[in-house]
Amino acid sequence: MPTRLPLAAAAALGASALLLTGCVPNTPAGDALNVAITDTSCAVSADTAPAGAITFELDNTGSDLNEFEILADDKLRIVGEKENIAPGQPVSYTVQLDPGTYYTACKFQLVGEPIGLAEFTVTGEAAVVDADRQALEDEAVTNYIAYIRSQAGELLPRVQQLVAAYQAGDDATARTLFAAARVPYERIEPTAEAFGDLDPKIDYREVDAVAEGLDWTGFHRIEKDLWVPDADALNSDGTSAWLDWQPSTPEQRTRFGDQLVADVQQLLDLVSDPTFTVSLSDISNGAIGLLDEVATGKISGEEDWWSHTDLSDFAANVDGASVAFGNVEKLASTSDEGETLASEIRKQFDALETVLAQYGSVDDGFTPYDQVTDAQRKQLSDAVNALAEPLSQLTSTVLGV
Amino acid sequence: MTASPPTPPGPDDGISRRGLLGLAAVGGAGLVVGGAAGGALAASVAGAASGSGSTTRYDFYGGHQAGITTPAQDRLHFAAFDLADGATRDELASLLADWTDAAARMTQGLEVGETGAVDGSPYAPPEDTGEALGLPPSGLTITFGFGPTLFETAEGVDRFGLADRRPPALEPLPRFTGDALDPARSGGDLCVQACADDPQVAVHAIRNLSRIAFGRASLRWSQLGFGRTSSTSTSQVTPRNLFGFKDGTANLKAEEPAEVAEHVWVSSEQGPDWMVGGSYLVARRIRMIIESWDRVQLAEQEDLVGRTKGEGGPLSGGTEFAPIDLDATDADGTPAIAADAHVRLAHPDVNGGIRLLRRGYNFVDGNDELGRLDAGLFFLSFQNDPARFVTVQRSLARDGLNEYLRHVGSAVFAIPAGVPEGGSIGDALLA
Repeated sequence: MPTRLPLAAAAALGASALLLTGCVPNTPAGDALNVAITDTSCAVSADTAPAGAITFELDNTGSDLNEFEILADDKLRIVGEKENIAPGQPVSYTVQLDPGTYYTACKFQLVGEPIGLAEFTVTGEAAVVDADRQALEDEAVTNYIAYIRSQAGELLPRVQQLVAAYQAGDDATARTLFAAARVPYERIEPTAEAFGDLDPKIDYREVDAVAEGLDWTGFHRIEKDLWVPDADALNSDGTSAWLDWQPSTPEQRTRFGDQLVADVQQLLDLVSDPTFTVSLSDISNGAIGLLDEVATGKISGEEDWWSHTDLSDFAANVDGASVAFGNVEKLASTSDEGETLASEIRKQFDALETVLAQYGSVDDGFTPYDQVTDAQRKQLSDAVNALAEPLSQLTSTVLGV
Repeated sequence: MTASPPTPPGPDDGISRRGLLGLAAVGGAGLVVGGAAGGALAASVAGAASGSGSTTRYDFYGGHQAGITTPAQDRLHFAAFDLADGATRDELASLLADWTDAAARMTQGLEVGETGAVDGSPYAPPEDTGEALGLPPSGLTITFGFGPTLFETAEGVDRFGLADRRPPALEPLPRFTGDALDPARSGGDLCVQACADDPQVAVHAIRNLSRIAFGRASLRWSQLGFGRTSSTSTSQVTPRNLFGFKDGTANLKAEEPAEVAEHVWVSSEQGPDWMVGGSYLVARRIRMIIESWDRVQLAEQEDLVGRTKGEGGPLSGGTEFAPIDLDATDADGTPAIAADAHVRLAHPDVNGGIRLLRRGYNFVDGNDELGRLDAGLFFLSFQNDPARFVTVQRSLARDGLNEYLRHVGSAVFAIPAGVPEGGSIGDALLA
């Protein structure tokens, strides 16, 4: 059989295959992996396992509840998680994994950034595709809800940091925190939008709030205080930036900051509610909706009119769409036609991420959007369109109607 | 489906925009014209009468592409596309095949795709965008072409292994006097000319082809046109351009097959083989400074053009179609047709006998920041060598009309021959 793998890699594969067939017993119960959890660490006893049902023995020696999760290779999409691991009460958790690269992590008190993120490789052959459609649907919904909760959980502390600096008048620090604080929100924006008045309070732009007669609060109110417009600057609708607007007083900063934290806390509470759920079409339509956000709001640079951090929102929307797609990918791929569509979507996600990577990353920041030329914007727009077109077919394919 | 001669191309399960009843009506009363078939050229065009019959339907498949000698329809939507970064030769081939299939359907009045505008899944966007539902074919023709950059980019990159297929005649046009070209309105890897008697049908065609292209190619520039400024058949009256003058009186007409063969179609002697039966298209977006023009005295307007404004007869005498006498003089001995008159400089006698088949349209794209209409002529000409256009355009360097004209967009495309049913417009190029 011809191979395109370099020799060393092929040799390594051969060795691990040998290991699998020769040295590892096939009974999963016999080789459970141990996970030592503290408030600040998450150590898995091995960084690899053969494909199939993998069992983790979770032992929390910390001071409060913890959570163990397994993320896909984008470090975002949750493929399995065990919540509410209490100190001193070891618990066993089994998850079915196909070959590939994953990441393990813990979440102290079930919220915030993943702790002890570590690569975890699953080797061998993929299990026979689960023919049980209901099981696939349940898995997609369960994992997407977990993702929404994890992002809402990361959002809160980031917003708290941003608001703390904003309220303290430390604008330089607040400016550095602004884009990153928005990322978890932009990844799950369709969820927030589903809660009616929450998205307007958190994420409305000034022109929209004015048009709808709403009290203007949220990220963009803070943004304009942090990037104070020049005297002759214009809003995106061509009106003067200073029309009915003045930089917030310290009292107003306290109010706007507290309001944003409260709204984000409410979002977290809503998605953490045990009755919170999403439907299959919510997931696939969420992926489509996030790309529409990019195509209409981010490409034009209207979203972050003063900070020009649009590309960070752009990337977060794409992350969110990619995760949502990943959750229903198996379901979409149950027919030949669906498999073709799914591979086209995946290809276009990769192409878009490659174009986006020319301008930075979510972690390191992006080129300010006002420095992105029209020709570059068109290249980004072309890549968005190339993805959005096949993605628009996803719901029909996932639902099979 | 009906007794009408052309077989609807593409899958037989296609759905009509009009439904079966509509199709039957077309079969009974509609005018069906095999316009693209080389052999049937004269007869087919003679049948097209006014071209305003909105049930007019032209074959897509045939020896030459439709939309060249086809009697000029009233409306235009023209689009230039660039291939996507990193697009492959296979993607180019698949795009041209998909475009061919969609174009064959739309020109017959059918919807794009198997499920069309309203018969697909309620959970998926419709295959066809739907704005032409219920509209007849409206004489729609769709004509495809390949720009020089498809073969080799300006930087000399051969993206699709086509550099050695580039016809030597297909080169970017040289710079002309009076050019004020905007790169964003010029060039392009591919072009699509959609002409129809109903603007909605022409726009529907470009919109759906653009959508099909996403991921493989994207719009570089596009142009809407109204009020054809040329007639390509003796059955059509000569229309007027935005200067208010009849335009294209001396144009090449479909009823002159020998002349069309001599001036328009690429011969086997000219080659290359894959271009035989094709042509070359020059597109120029010519802005007219009409506010200034409208202050010019009638006599001077006529002198600048070389024809009377009302009848359109040459200033050397006679009615519209009277031959132009370039040597005629007035009583005082001055030339009846001025040295810088447009008709003199564009005349075959001063251009080595060259005639172009023109197919231009008027445009008005809103107004500029000075409150002037952004109006003019979207010039389109077909010829079997772009050098013929270059000769005429260089002659026009002294044209007195230039004071009122700005050439702001420019492109040249190789127009391949037509394809038989089942073929793709890219077959000859990519063979």
